[in-house]
Amino acid sequence: MRSDWPLYEVFVRGKRGLNHVHVGSLHAADDEMALHHARDLYTRRNEGVSIWVVKAADITASSPDEKDPFFAPSGDKVYRHPTFYDIPDDVPHM
Amino acid sequence: MTATLPEQDLERHFERTIEHDQRIEPRDWVPEAYRKTLIRMIAQHAHSEIIGMQPEGNWITRAPSLRRKAILLAKVQDEAGHGLYLYSAAETLGADRAELTDKLVNGRQKYSSIFNYPTLTFADVGVIGWLVDGAAICNQVPLCRSSYGPYARAMIRICKEESFHQRQGYELLMTMMRGTERQRRMVQEATDRWWWPSLMMFGPPDGDSPNTEQSMAWKIKRHTNDELRQRFVDMSVPQADALGVTLPDEDLKWNAERGHYDFGEIDWSEFKQVLAGNGPCNAERVAHRRAAHDGGAWVREAAAAHAAKIKESVA
Ligand SMILES: [Fe+2]
Ligand SMILES: [Fe+2]
Repeated sequence: MRSDWPLYEVFVRGKRGLNHVHVGSLHAADDEMALHHARDLYTRRNEGVSIWVVKAADITASSPDEKDPFFAPSGDKVYRHPTFYDIPDDVPHM
Repeated sequence: MTATLPEQDLERHFERTIEHDQRIEPRDWVPEAYRKTLIRMIAQHAHSEIIGMQPEGNWITRAPSLRRKAILLAKVQDEAGHGLYLYSAAETLGADRAELTDKLVNGRQKYSSIFNYPTLTFADVGVIGWLVDGAAICNQVPLCRSSYGPYARAMIRICKEESFHQRQGYELLMTMMRGTERQRRMVQEATDRWWWPSLMMFGPPDGDSPNTEQSMAWKIKRHTNDELRQRFVDMSVPQADALGVTLPDEDLKWNAERGHYDFGEIDWSEFKQVLAGNGPCNAERVAHRRAAHDGGAWVREAAAAHAAKIKESVA
């Protein structure tokens, strides 16, 4: 009998003040075990203060095939950046 | 809304990404041969880390002090971790973990030839750290810039940990060299045993390495086997001097013109024999891995059954 454990993606907060960052994946029978395995596998040298695990199957991701059209809405909106606006040099604190 | 691009556009996009030294990421379109080459390479690498636990694991219960035991345990545990980082990277390419393990225990996928040699004395533990992990570092540092993102990131993690492996080995040997005449002899003999197999870790000579050219074009590999081997020899000679051991090669000498050490001919027939399964410990290594896998089957099944039951009772 083959009993495959599901794949979990692991996210670790390196220290307080930082975001969780994806570090890799592992297999576990359930959520609880995934957390324990993640601790043993990805934080053997104090690399984290907090861990998230989530079943890989539960992640919805953008598809790389459509990357250009998918991100197009942000590509042509230069006015979203502060450098778009000309302000004279002698105006302070801006 | 997904507009799938024609294959030649995808291929051009892939090539441009590589050309610009950008990383390929999971779910990007890649040529089938790129995927296959990477899976083979990463799987072999993962298997090597996993099998690589055995030669040293053999000495955990017999390490001469609590300090050495704790260090060795941590080191072997790291190697397990390295194997798992790499299996995880292979899975992003669509490989199946259970299938990879299957291939290893059934001898259908290879691992590094170095782990088919026995560890006869505790000095072998030190020499493995110094030379075998040293050679692994030489191989792995350039792989941190490999074109496949998940592989490169796994290598960065691994390289950070390898430095401890090499240093604990070298420190162990320095301690033995300060000991008795008999201990010094053990270090020399272990060096004699591991030097040539360590050189073989870099793989066949460039003229005889069919995959190298394509792997370099894809920037999976960044240097040829012979380049890395030379780098390792150049690094090891002063380390051997500082330790007070002799590397077992009469042809080893500085070549001022090349700016490198010349070294003797490697016995490639031995390498081929070990790869073909006829090394001193091949059968033992695979049998041990298979026994551990089979022995753990009931645990995996029980945990899966327990998880299913909990899920049911919650639902
Ligand atoms: Fe390793
Ligand atoms: Fe190592």
